[in-house]
Amino acid sequence: MSELVKRNASELVELLQSGEVTSVELTQAFLDRIEKLNPLLNSFLHVNTKEALATAAEVDRKRAAGEKLPKLAGLPIAVKDNLTTTDAPTTAGSKILEGWIPQYDATVVKLLREEMMPILGKTNLDEFAMGSSTEFSAYGPSRNPWDTDRIPGGSGGGSSSAVAGFLAPLAIGSDTGGSIRFPAAVTGTVGVKPTYGAVSRYGLIALASSLDQIGPVARNVLDAALLSDVITGYDKHDSTSLPESLGSMVEAAKSGSLKGVRVGVIKELSGEGFQPGVKALFNESLELMVKAGAEIVEVSCPSFEYAIAAYYLILPAEASSNLAKFDSVRFGMRVTPEGNPTIERVMAATREAGFGPEVKRRIILGTYALSSGYYDAYYGSAQKVRTLIQRDFAAAFEKADVLVSPTAPTTAFKFGEKLEDPLAMYLNDIATIPANLAGTPGISIPNGLASEDGLPSGIQLLAPAREDKRLYAIGAALEALQEGVWGKRMIDFAPEVKAGA
Amino acid sequence: MSELTPDLVRHLASLARIQVTDAEVDRFAEQLSLIVESVAAVNNAVAGDVPATSHPIPMANVFREDVVEPSLTQEQALSGAPDSDQGRFRVAAILDEE
Repeated sequence: MSELVKRNASELVELLQSGEVTSVELTQAFLDRIEKLNPLLNSFLHVNTKEALATAAEVDRKRAAGEKLPKLAGLPIAVKDNLTTTDAPTTAGSKILEGWIPQYDATVVKLLREEMMPILGKTNLDEFAMGSSTEFSAYGPSRNPWDTDRIPGGSGGGSSSAVAGFLAPLAIGSDTGGSIRFPAAVTGTVGVKPTYGAVSRYGLIALASSLDQIGPVARNVLDAALLSDVITGYDKHDSTSLPESLGSMVEAAKSGSLKGVRVGVIKELSGEGFQPGVKALFNESLELMVKAGAEIVEVSCPSFEYAIAAYYLILPAEASSNLAKFDSVRFGMRVTPEGNPTIERVMAATREAGFGPEVKRRIILGTYALSSGYYDAYYGSAQKVRTLIQRDFAAAFEKADVLVSPTAPTTAFKFGEKLEDPLAMYLNDIATIPANLAGTPGISIPNGLASEDGLPSGIQLLAPAREDKRLYAIGAALEALQEGVWGKRMIDFAPEVKAGA
Repeated sequence: MSELTPDLVRHLASLARIQVTDAEVDRFAEQLSLIVESVAAVNNAVAGDVPATSHPIPMANVFREDVVEPSLTQEQALSGAPDSDQGRFRVAAILDEE
């Protein structure tokens, strides 16, 4: 039974449906693994043992009674701790929200409950999703199951380490500049940022509202598609929700082929400044795709050079406004200084104690970018860069069906390496940020182990807005080719995580 | 572009209602100056008349039906508050005594 946790989600669904495994058995198997490994990996900030088992038991009872159940009923899942849950604390990785129990479920959480998926718990993240390593979580970093001295990526490092470490078969992430795709790349898992508006953001604690998007974290493309089909769809509670259907990602993943596909290699992201082993694996995958009938075309996106700069103006500007709600009045922490302070002093003392260094940096930066006299030069120009990046994408998609790049310039780095150097930390997202600025979808899939360090790297596929299906179709085809070469899933190369190591 | 001096950082932090220590001010001034210097590159990116994009997928006039729906009860709305009194959020003095 111990190997059960390592099976793909699609296989587990079949085992559940056929009755070979009960949901209680399956959920308990993951809870056991969490109990054993979470003290080391710190993937989960909160484990929902009782609630998860109750959902599982209900699924088993209904199945035994022959009742009709949703497709993924009984399959456990982990949820990033910046989505509100009425039955578990929601902290967004911040001290300022420690112990907060929301009064409503995020729409995505509601959809998971309707699908009757046991929610195992809430996963760790950099505070308010600001970071690339989980080192900015107020509750300590999560660890990478491939090497526990290294980061699992961020901000969604709790979800990536949970899925890579077999603590959960699937997880929910959120991606503002790469927070799903970067962790996927460095943990040998699959992560998808859907088209902006495809998944409701209602109940997601906002970082930057025009960039944030919720998406699936999984161990392969089909598993990600299964989850995508559950969480995608129009929601009247999110005014940016897309009214039209994007189709079934499961069908797309099952029908993928590379024959005749025009694969665009982005000149500006094709390897300069990338770790040699990461670059070599990227080139090998291009060759594999050519052998399978794809055509490689080079495309140029000159404005991508300015993507990080534009991002680190737009994001802090939006974040400084979104985080103003943490004011010690309606929820969260309150710190009252000595004497008889006014509310402004209470707010300032609370935010000093409740926010960590990266959050403070970005709020101050955003306040600066939005202040009069600087607004046009910074925020105004950054919004124009956004237009230029959208135009670059439009021109590139005239020549190519999908665009590809390494997901990240390097494999997982060690804890502490970039902690005091914000600019170095920001560069991790160089390849992922353009899709957030443009609202277009992207996927990261495992792309082999780098020769220098034997650690996972990822390849990113990008598609035009609303064309998420291409990512699943072409991603699944590439994944099948790679697994053919490796003879097994990439995750099967991961060393066994030793509890108490 | 102007450098983020410690005084400016202190001013911005007070606008953002974040109390900061002297050590934080010095560290943030140094780190944020580097970041601002780097992000100022956006000025070089744009030549000529380019429209601004504030939202990646443009949508207009998004309204819901004008129908009353259930909302949080007063008790629920106050449940996460650090302090409340007679169904209201309770806060420290709004105005200084002086």
